[in-house]
Amino acid sequence: MNLRKYLKVYKKFLHTSLASELEYKTNILVDLITAILSLVGSIFLLSIFFQNNGYIGGWKFEQALIIQAIYTILNGITNTWFNPNLTEIVKHIREGTLDFVLLKPIDSQFFISLKKINPSGFLEIMLGFLLLFFCIRINQINLNLSFLTLSFITISCSICILYSLWFFISTTTIWFVKTWNAIEVLRSFLYIGRFPLSSFSFTLRIFFSVFIPIAFITTIPSEVFLGLSVFWKILLEIIVATIFLINSRKFWLFALKFYSSASS
Amino acid sequence: MVQNIIDVKNLSKSFDISSKEPGLKGTIKHFFKRQTKSLKVIKDISFEIKEGEIVGFLGANGAGKTTILKMLCGLIYPSEGSILVSGYLPFRRKENFLKNITLIMGQKQQLIWDLPPIESFYLNASIYDLDKFEAKKRIKKLSEMLEIDEELYIPVRKLSLGQRMKSELLAALIHEPNILFLDEPTLGLDINAQRNLRKFLQKYNKETNATICLTSHYMKDITSLCKRVICVHEGAISYDGKLDLLLKKLSPVKEILIVCRSEEDAIKLENSGFTVKNKIKNEITIKIENKSITSSLKTILNNFDIEDLFINEPPIDEVIGKVLIKKDYDI
Repeated sequence: MNLRKYLKVYKKFLHTSLASELEYKTNILVDLITAILSLVGSIFLLSIFFQNNGYIGGWKFEQALIIQAIYTILNGITNTWFNPNLTEIVKHIREGTLDFVLLKPIDSQFFISLKKINPSGFLEIMLGFLLLFFCIRINQINLNLSFLTLSFITISCSICILYSLWFFISTTTIWFVKTWNAIEVLRSFLYIGRFPLSSFSFTLRIFFSVFIPIAFITTIPSEVFLGLSVFWKILLEIIVATIFLINSRKFWLFALKFYSSASS
Repeated sequence: MVQNIIDVKNLSKSFDISSKEPGLKGTIKHFFKRQTKSLKVIKDISFEIKEGEIVGFLGANGAGKTTILKMLCGLIYPSEGSILVSGYLPFRRKENFLKNITLIMGQKQQLIWDLPPIESFYLNASIYDLDKFEAKKRIKKLSEMLEIDEELYIPVRKLSLGQRMKSELLAALIHEPNILFLDEPTLGLDINAQRNLRKFLQKYNKETNATICLTSHYMKDITSLCKRVICVHEGAISYDGKLDLLLKKLSPVKEILIVCRSEEDAIKLENSGFTVKNKIKNEITIKIENKSITSSLKTILNNFDIEDLFINEPPIDEVIGKVLIKKDYDI
């Protein structure tokens, strides 16, 4: 793979995508307001849960805020990259415009995963980081190199798992054509990621760890921030992320063999 | 000797198609138990195309023309048989193969809707690994050939269909491919836009010796661009050869309207042994076989007092229409 070429193409993707989005100023403004209101609403909801009892699943409100911060960052990444690109796969397949992507001398997964960005998602990412820094202060977390490395690794793994899940569902469009509902189900499961895994019953914990690994996406990175994480959990998240990423790739290449293109 | 750039042998393609009975009962049955059957849409076809050739694929809707084009450019896997395009197996979609080809579809677009076409051109240039200087040079050259200038800087959504199609062509040709697959490129365009597009394709073919495979329902596209046509009928090739041979075979006779100086001349002509279609006063329409048209006209002009003469070609759409419904043509 020619890395220089891919960087050059990605720079063009960023440029064209930003230029397209900036054509609609009001839309961006509405998105920005939605992101702020959504974060305020989530924190308010979380504070209601903690009003009676100071703890949920052994987590204090200040600690649970870390999960909310990580969730906000991931949701921002979802809105910036995954949502505009991966939902477009369905459109590409239904309308047959995937033909143009497949005939370009560039990796098709790279193209359809990164072609667009939604700039308003950046604000959500920034808000998430602001909340995270606030949590670091109120939880008196010591920022050392090993902590920063582990946080980076676990958050990167979370992004990979989330991307792979979403990409996997979108790829099934090649057979089923319409898969909006499955993506909506995935998004609603992600809301669950705002709460500590230990606050759920044993059965749900197993479900959210094994079948839909939402637990890996927010809880494990948050545990790293609080110094509660154990080595095997981090290792497990790395393994899960690697397996998901490799399989999403394999699944895409396999699915393309069944692509029949839309009729003209 | 000109080499084959496309080589297709015993190519077949089957699709699984599901069918549904009408009504609510049919819908519920279709939801729970979908009945699918394998439909062979391309049946054992073989042909070769030489470098620099312009070949038209003719056929009724659903005959399989687009499926053939999509297999040739590597979008669809063939079920049986082999395809070699420029020495590559298309469905492997190797980088060097993709740099050699392009697909233009009249009813689909790749330009970024909200931005001027120039942005899409530079994006494509980066995908094809062209530097900015080279991209600028090619955009200038192609835009001159296509006669577009200001349109390059206007958002695509505000362009007319003709301007958009020209921009689509520029975006698809920026990497200077030597094989063009065109699927109904003039669809929906007005007469002038169609003519300009055809003019451009002729020029491009002449200047670059690019091979062009074209499908179109506008017969003017086929007659002005293609010397060779491949007729597809229900997934099989019903004719592969020169277009003029096909036209001669399908319409071996021309109609000639002759305006005589007097009605007497018309009666004389009527009784002179020609096949007469009709006669109204001093105007007479006769049918003459293509092969004897020159000698027959010479005889008429030498022996009769003729005021005017019109040679009527049968409408091309009517002639080609016969191809679309017939299974086999032996020329």
